[in-house]
Amino acid sequence: MLLIADKSFSSRLLVGTGKFPSGEVMRESLEASGTEIITVALRRIDIAQPEKDILRFIDRNRFTLLPNTSGARDSKEAILLAHLAREAGLGKWLKLEVIPDPQYLLPDPIETLKAAEQLVQEGFVVFPYIHADPVLAHRLADIGCPTVMPLAAPIGSGRGLKMREAIRIIIEQATVPVIVDAGLGSPSHACEAMEMGADAVLVNTAIATAEDPIAMAEAFRLGVEAGRKGFLAGKAEEKLKAEASSPLQGVIYGTS
Amino acid sequence: MALHEKSPPSPSLSKRGTEGGILEQAGRLTRQRFGRTIQLYAPLYLSNECIDICRYCGFSLENKITRKTLSVDDTVREAEHLLNQGFKHLLLVSGEHPRIVSPKYLKEIANHLKPKLASLSIEVAPFVEDDYRELVQAGVDGVVIYQETYDQKRYQEVHLAGPKKSFERRLQAPENAARAGVRRIGMGILVGLSDWQEDLARLIQHIRDMKKKYWQTEFTISLPRLRPCASDYEAPSPVSNEKYLQMICLVRLALPDVGIVLSTRESSEFRDQLISVGVTHMSAGSRTEPGGYLNPKEAEEQFRIEDKRTADEVAAAISSRGYEPVWKDWENIL
Repeated sequence: MLLIADKSFSSRLLVGTGKFPSGEVMRESLEASGTEIITVALRRIDIAQPEKDILRFIDRNRFTLLPNTSGARDSKEAILLAHLAREAGLGKWLKLEVIPDPQYLLPDPIETLKAAEQLVQEGFVVFPYIHADPVLAHRLADIGCPTVMPLAAPIGSGRGLKMREAIRIIIEQATVPVIVDAGLGSPSHACEAMEMGADAVLVNTAIATAEDPIAMAEAFRLGVEAGRKGFLAGKAEEKLKAEASSPLQGVIYGTS
Repeated sequence: MALHEKSPPSPSLSKRGTEGGILEQAGRLTRQRFGRTIQLYAPLYLSNECIDICRYCGFSLENKITRKTLSVDDTVREAEHLLNQGFKHLLLVSGEHPRIVSPKYLKEIANHLKPKLASLSIEVAPFVEDDYRELVQAGVDGVVIYQETYDQKRYQEVHLAGPKKSFERRLQAPENAARAGVRRIGMGILVGLSDWQEDLARLIQHIRDMKKKYWQTEFTISLPRLRPCASDYEAPSPVSNEKYLQMICLVRLALPDVGIVLSTRESSEFRDQLISVGVTHMSAGSRTEPGGYLNPKEAEEQFRIEDKRTADEVAAAISSRGYEPVWKDWENIL
């Protein structure tokens, strides 16, 4: 079970809700992914027009909703969005995104830490989206974030674990669950992150923009499950030279 | 009078494009960056008063048309009509008249509209940095300003009088807006005025330079084609549908993360085709005369629109192409 804050989850795949071709496809993809936690951009939510709102496709009794602060360029804006989420009745769980660069969509570590400090104090359960920076991960865990979400590669790039070494250090040192977020382009990338020991992964673009998002959602579910099992099973040691699976020694010469 | 081809591109065009890979590549890049989504917005024309004489524009001072400027109350009523259709992103448009369409007038409108909307942009005369800053404080988050053409000789030929005659003043406006903290800046050319390849190359370079310098600003690009209007100006360099499609693809390849805006100047059939190529923002159900949503034909339109479908019809067409029409993608508290 994945334990975050006061909740436990069977699924280790978190799914984003942007970029889907329709609400119906999104709903079926969420189903196929087996996810229990989904992120929704606050800027997409329109409480005033429920008939045209993205939330109408999401069963909030089934999924833990993680509204995100995408669009915020600094801590002040992120905090404003967090307050909006609270006032809109979206709960206190929040994915903190502070992104000043619209081109590579990379997070601002300083403003993220600043916003996280205040929001944690206000009682929010903050999931911070960060660079794969082990020191920042420590700092965020120390102030009370129940998880950290380092990026594998820029959002939507599908480039896989480009920050592999830094993520390895974060996982090794973490005192809170590590959710690898952003840049995972295929189920094998998700599998690889889980094999490394990540506690969970978050995927959006790779599922939403696939030719068949529903099938891809299922593939990611399987990738995450395989990776987790692989991690728990303990990987055999790597060697430079071949070593026969069925050793010949003792067969030719005998041992008795 | 047809200023450009109105028919959708033939199947052979799509085939040729696919063979070259450019259509497929542009579509793929767009889906990766923006997903299968199209954001909808509506233009709200405030005034057709204008002190510029521009040969191609229906609002040109020398055109004998019925002039009208909306009061703040009129504007709010027009906006509410659009809100009832589902729009949350509005673009305020007007001619250039410093006394009538002043920053003060726009600020007052922004103060009234902003609490009702997700996003408010303006497409009006260029302003200085301080004016833009005040407009940002009033709630304007987007500024659209087209250079029309980067060909200075042609620019002078078509802008005969008025402040718009200054090529440099217009060129400076996007920087003024960016320095003032405007979040989204729309840039573009008026396609048909000059050689499209030259103009497009310069526009792309302009946006690339802006992106480096103002790295926190989002940019969109728009390529409006000259349309029939009160002026009888003939486009000197008309662009066919085939070439227009090529332009959209080239923009996407050159600027993968820049939104591409498509207005109702294009035909419904052609707009539908462009959905899967690179377009990310579309207007719908537009009127181009001030007050045109509630009191059509009381004033002259800027140009004749080609896609006359309602907003819901456009949204349905987007859905039928396997894309999601997005009505809200911003928060007005930002």
